[in-house]
Amino acid sequence: MTDTAKTEQEISEHTSSAARLRLKKRYKSERMFKFWGQGAIFFSIGFLVLLLSTITFKALPAFTYHFASLPYDMSELDKTDISKLKKADYDGMVRSTIRSQFPNVSGRKDKKTLSSILSSGAPVILRQQVLKNPNNIDDPSSFAVPISDFADLYLKGQITNSTLEKRDELGQISILDKQVEISFEQNIFTNITNQIAKRLEKEALLMRESMQGSIRSLEKTKADIKIINEQLLGASEIETERLNKEKSRLLDKETELYVRIADLRSKANDLKTRAKLVISQGEEITNKDQSILIYFNGAVVKAQYVTPNRIIGKLLMPFDNGVPASVQKWQLRMIETPQANRKFSDQEIVWIDELLTKGFISKDFNWIFATKGASREPEMAGIWGAVVGSFLTIIVTLALAFPLGVAAAIYLEEFAPKNKITTIIEVNINNLAAVPSIVFGLLGLAVFLNFFGLDRSAPYVGGMVLALMTLPTIIIASRAALRAVPPSIREAALGIGASKLQTVLHHVLPLAMPGIMTGTIIGLAQALGETAPLLMIGMVAFVVDIPGALNDPATVLPVQIFMWADFPEPAFEQRTSAAILVLLAFLILMNALAVIIRKRFERRW
Amino acid sequence: MSKKAKQENTKIAPQVKIKGRNVDVFYGDKQALFDINLDIERNQVTSLIGPSGCGKSTFLRCLNRMNDTIDICKITGSITLDGQDIYDKEIDVVELRARVGMVFQKPNPFPKSIYENVAYGPRIHGMTSSKEELDKIVLKSLKRAGLFEEVKDRLDESGTSLSGGQQQRLCIARAIATRPEVLLMDEPCSALDPIATAIIEELIDELREKFTIVIVTHSMQQAARVSQKTAFFHLGKLIEEGATDDIFTNPRNQKTQDYITGRIG
Repeated sequence: MTDTAKTEQEISEHTSSAARLRLKKRYKSERMFKFWGQGAIFFSIGFLVLLLSTITFKALPAFTYHFASLPYDMSELDKTDISKLKKADYDGMVRSTIRSQFPNVSGRKDKKTLSSILSSGAPVILRQQVLKNPNNIDDPSSFAVPISDFADLYLKGQITNSTLEKRDELGQISILDKQVEISFEQNIFTNITNQIAKRLEKEALLMRESMQGSIRSLEKTKADIKIINEQLLGASEIETERLNKEKSRLLDKETELYVRIADLRSKANDLKTRAKLVISQGEEITNKDQSILIYFNGAVVKAQYVTPNRIIGKLLMPFDNGVPASVQKWQLRMIETPQANRKFSDQEIVWIDELLTKGFISKDFNWIFATKGASREPEMAGIWGAVVGSFLTIIVTLALAFPLGVAAAIYLEEFAPKNKITTIIEVNINNLAAVPSIVFGLLGLAVFLNFFGLDRSAPYVGGMVLALMTLPTIIIASRAALRAVPPSIREAALGIGASKLQTVLHHVLPLAMPGIMTGTIIGLAQALGETAPLLMIGMVAFVVDIPGALNDPATVLPVQIFMWADFPEPAFEQRTSAAILVLLAFLILMNALAVIIRKRFERRW
Repeated sequence: MSKKAKQENTKIAPQVKIKGRNVDVFYGDKQALFDINLDIERNQVTSLIGPSGCGKSTFLRCLNRMNDTIDICKITGSITLDGQDIYDKEIDVVELRARVGMVFQKPNPFPKSIYENVAYGPRIHGMTSSKEELDKIVLKSLKRAGLFEEVKDRLDESGTSLSGGQQQRLCIARAIATRPEVLLMDEPCSALDPIATAIIEELIDELREKFTIVIVTHSMQQAARVSQKTAFFHLGKLIEEGATDDIFTNPRNQKTQDYITGRIG
């Protein structure tokens, strides 16, 4: 290349500095676009991971449960006499067995609480297991029954944290009335007394604050009275009457506020003095403080009153061999969450710990959750009823919506003349896809239940409603898939002399099948996650039995999740998350199935 | 060939297979063909030539009523096959297309096996009752289309896995497997390289013995090589028709001369 040619090239339109700049700008915008695109993807992946991990983390505890295997007295049962086994008093058996483990428990209320650390469904489960394996009554501890939901939460560490400290100090023990006093030579409880003093000071501060508030409103009331007094000077007769009424009301309020302020002041002062005196006189431990338990000689003392070197409390568990005079080695347990803030008392904690150390409680796969239907008790509630309900419903939806939708799409796409009527039908189908699902529920309620009188809460009605909802999706997707089949295939078939129906069935439909399947799966996945329309036709019913047929009352997974999310028991929170996981697994399974079927269809050619 | 058709054959114009008279074709308001009168002769290759958009493909598609699939297409005048109007209400379009086969511009094998591609036509028309007979038809068609040697070991492979020229020959094999009387070819070589084109041109010459062939082509050399009769279309009108030699050596119309010498097109 000669020099002149080179310079010519340098100044040409595409190599000038302005052009280079333009090129740079183009690359820059490309990089920006890439950056935003990647950012969006990372952002959404991050959220997805966050969502899934939160749900999984919350759900995992629901898949295991603590079961109690107690040494029931089954000597009176006869394993050959099934009818007697059916009628046996399992309620009493469970109750007496758990009480026999804690013979010192007396009083109706305590006994009731003791029984409640096992699930209220425990006798039912025990009966089921005995009837299933009557031979095992020789070894009663082979029957495992669920413990209560709060006991399970406690054992999973979801009720409270606690610390256990080994101590080695000499303490003198004396019995006062029903309480136990343990006194030490050193001030070893200053930590606790300081904490209580802090709590008292905080309360005093709160009292002062509310007193300040009362003082402010007292000042305002006084000012108001002053204004009324001024107004009264030049008021007419009617005015005077109204103002006097107002004034007497304000005066009452004033008095009331004086009383309240005095009361608050004395309370605050009282709290302050108590806070100061804790160090010398000690203080009561309320259920708003951390619980303090002292373990020694098999006994558990719950501290109710504490001074720097003394603890007075009641026995939650009795001594093994009579009351000792002194103690050297003992354990100090602090339970972080105050008893007022949890639903599992110190007494219950001690009992369940005792059962655990005796080896009666074991953690196992939560087969109740995996195999049972709905229940008000979290420990008796299972997901299987909803899974079966969802499965039956979706089968009906598929059986109705797929053939109808595909047939409608084929007719509209391949056979229908293009005129006003078909245009109207098309527009309406597209609009139907955007109709809120609850409207389909209302339609189902009005037509299927009220007009045709079909069964309430039945999967087949739910399937019909969801089929209506899914139809537009399937029709639209199928039409798009049919339209995507190249016209040359139709021409080829028609050119050989295939009829229109043969052309569609032999050539167009198989080619469109993967697309149709995708649309159908999307529609079904939508239907599977749908709650609102099913609420309308009564699939929100509380169904304990596993549905066995299309007309059995049933509920579905999303409705089950919706119901559980509403229940107040904390154990249902885990179950809700677990149910969401099951629903997700269901969806992934369906999608995997769709991919496999699609691959199959594609491989044939 | 039905008995009735045979009788009519011998009765009227034994050499003319298809007769088009005063054929007008409209796409909606637009008229695509104006008063076409054209005879297609038996066992001859008739080529339709003309610049793009002149209506030659439209006329071809009228001959087996492929235009029926276009809603807005309207046809007047008459086209007869062996003396029978193919737009008559009594004519079954499926039967007509079995008698008048078609090969398209772009190879369009079904996305099925090579065997299935060829066997599809005979099967839907119920031409055979046994598997052996069907095998025979498939092999014969593939042989006649000059494809058999190349695919004999892979009959169950997909038809779309073949090369462009092979695909087009597969389409020809598919079309002749139903034993049509007329074979319509719409620019069958436009997507092919010269070697594949030469193979197909040779094939057309052989097929002439059994079938009546109408071919639309852009290549005047091709028309000259394969056809005995040529019709020149221009702007929807049939300008000139006659023996191929006459058209190319001694055109009567100025437009024809301009076209074949490359001045319009």
